[in-house]
Amino acid sequence: MTTMSSFFSWVAQRGWRHLVAIVMCVFAIFPLLYVVSASFASSGTLTASNQLFASFTFDNYVDLLSDPDRPYLTWWFNTLIIAASAATIALLFGSLAAYAFSRLRFRGRRIGLGALVLTQLFPQFLGVVAIFLLVRTLGDAVPALGLNTHTGLIAVYLGGALGINTYLMYGYFNTVPREIDEAAKIDGASHVRTFFTIILPLVAPILVIVWMITYIAVAGDYVIASAILSDPNMQTATVGLFTLINTFRSDNWGAFSAGAILSALPVVLMFLYGQKYIIGGLSAGSVK
Amino acid sequence: MRLSTTKPASVGSALRPKASIFGLTVKIILIGLVDAFGLFMVSQFFLVDQIGLAAVAILGLVVINVIYWRRGGLAAKYLTPGLVFLLVFQVFVIIYTVIISFTNSGTGHNVSKDSAIESIINNSIVRVEDSPTYDVRVLEQGGNLFLLATSPDGDFFLGGQDEPLKPVVPSKTASGIATEVTGYNTLKLAQIFAVQEELAELTVPLDDNPADGYLRSADGSTAFVFSANLVYDASNDTFVDPSTGNTFVDNGAGNFVDSNGEELQPGWNTAIGFANYAKALGASAQVELLGVFVWTLTYAVSSVALTFGLGLFLAITINGLRGTRLYRSLLILPYAFPVFLSGLIWSGLLNETFGFVNQVLLGGASVPWLQDPILAKISVILVSVWFGFPYFFLVCLGALQSVPPELAEAARVDGAKPSQVFSKITLPLVLVATSPLLVAGFAFSFNDFNTIFVLTGGGPINIDSSISAGATDILITLVYKQAFVNTTVDYGLASAFAVIIFLVITIMSIFLFRRTRSLEEVY
Repeated sequence: MTTMSSFFSWVAQRGWRHLVAIVMCVFAIFPLLYVVSASFASSGTLTASNQLFASFTFDNYVDLLSDPDRPYLTWWFNTLIIAASAATIALLFGSLAAYAFSRLRFRGRRIGLGALVLTQLFPQFLGVVAIFLLVRTLGDAVPALGLNTHTGLIAVYLGGALGINTYLMYGYFNTVPREIDEAAKIDGASHVRTFFTIILPLVAPILVIVWMITYIAVAGDYVIASAILSDPNMQTATVGLFTLINTFRSDNWGAFSAGAILSALPVVLMFLYGQKYIIGGLSAGSVK
Repeated sequence: MRLSTTKPASVGSALRPKASIFGLTVKIILIGLVDAFGLFMVSQFFLVDQIGLAAVAILGLVVINVIYWRRGGLAAKYLTPGLVFLLVFQVFVIIYTVIISFTNSGTGHNVSKDSAIESIINNSIVRVEDSPTYDVRVLEQGGNLFLLATSPDGDFFLGGQDEPLKPVVPSKTASGIATEVTGYNTLKLAQIFAVQEELAELTVPLDDNPADGYLRSADGSTAFVFSANLVYDASNDTFVDPSTGNTFVDNGAGNFVDSNGEELQPGWNTAIGFANYAKALGASAQVELLGVFVWTLTYAVSSVALTFGLGLFLAITINGLRGTRLYRSLLILPYAFPVFLSGLIWSGLLNETFGFVNQVLLGGASVPWLQDPILAKISVILVSVWFGFPYFFLVCLGALQSVPPELAEAARVDGAKPSQVFSKITLPLVLVATSPLLVAGFAFSFNDFNTIFVLTGGGPINIDSSISAGATDILITLVYKQAFVNTTVDYGLASAFAVIIFLVITIMSIFLFRRTRSLEEVY
């Protein structure tokens, strides 16, 4: 009897909470399990994908990678190159700016900080028409910065990433005690040296988060990438996969699922590896 | 890689000269590269006649060099690299959007007025039906091309660009066709290939009256009579059709139109004042745009409210359970999957005929999740909740765990019930901590292009719509469709929509930030 009543009280106090958690986990993960199953299904149609894990073949992957009409591998590497370069350069520029806002006192500092917050309210892709026309004009003069170039697209992303990145890093830079800078200065280190060899290692967690956030944002972007890259060999996986699925939604489902899995792989690995940074960063952002 | 901060001062100062030489070298190389690329850009801008851009680039280079070579001004040295890109691709883009919104830029309006007039003139010259065929040779003198023509009657003429045909006595003929004239150089076939573009534009008037027509030769051996069905009158800036007398005048909106409203193509790019705004907010579109705006607001509010509500509920439910870390790791996964791709996955799951939800979960039903206007609206909101709740769950969990236990403890000591502790202490603190993120989340949902575009493309389509707005179109998808998807794109109208969104977001943000600030003051 006592075990029964303690069981009921466990259900009343904790059990239902576990039940809610499990249901929500299923809701959250189901679409992802579904796409994993669809990517390994033996037939690449939507109907066939409905039987979860009924078969296990690599046909869809072979199909995806062997069709010369859709250069998926090129898309995949394009995404990697564009997102990694944009994230790295944006991180460098953003951290330089955050350092200035955090450590230096100059005229216009407060207004500058306010402006950074403001720019976050205006997503860059709202100006996609202007971006398209601007890049087209630039490309007439300097082809390397024009339409259908990775450099042009990366330059656009750098402009969009700076505001939010600087703002995120600024808060974290402030948590590093200024005494550390002072000590380095007394030791004779130049400000550049202080920044690269002392401050940056101390703020590594936020650097990881910002790099990942930028990578994910760039790799997942459709609006700007689709406006600037029209040549299939230059496109990113997001743009390419959308064209693939948009024309024949149900027939290409298997190939699309395989492509989605391969595209998501770097990001998911990054998340699993950097989870503690992300959660730390998110809660820090919310509590500060 | 943490450098010791207790490094002896003597070592630091001993390193200094060496480090600064290294630093100076790096600096010279980097700025040298920037200058080299900058000057290259400037020269290229001059080459394509973009004098304005060249001037901006020169100014930018001067400013950059001043910033990095003068002493002091340290902050500018750190801010400039990012600022350059921010100014060009964010700030200028906003300004440029406003400028475009006052133009007619788009299909049929992409060139300057001069090139438009030139194209209209070129397009207006058509071959006169049943006109005689002339045998011609292409002659050259002093770099100009001439046509030596033999008429069907066997008469010989010579003429060039803007030089009407005149009778001529050839110095050489071959089987009745004039081939050479003294003082002119007759081009051979290979030479004709080399001047093909020039030849294509060579129009030789038949006589002094342009209305009589022109001689044109595409291949350099035969020519036909062409006549212009439109003549440009530069003094009045009008096009006149010589056969009917019909006059086309500049309508001030980038087109020549006649009294019947017929437009000549192409038009040109020009400022048209508030015409795009009038179109976007005008009587016919007003109701529709208002509808889109209301739906955008509904979507943003319900999406954020449901997402936050579910996230908060889940955080409260799971917080403190054994296995919280495992649940957290699982719940973070949707957040890790690229939104655009998971949106596409959902579009497959919700497919009316073959999708998993209808086929498996509902046992073969055919619920038009994304095809019915009302259901489609519900579906996109629900999917957006799937996208967003893990984020708010993580944030709320973080906020919950950071509430100081002393506060709850003190309340308990004062005799508060657990429910009171929660509603009066914990919840308000979590809300205060997360309210700025709610505003940001709202701003994000307001422009949640990916979810809408991927799931429904803004559809189901409403064929009666004058601004081609579908049932689930929010403002930003409308902008994108106006500019890139529709068959005739209208950059001007799309930009006007974008500017309207800018204004709406600004007003709402000011309002919302005031509200959240007052919330912070209350607690």
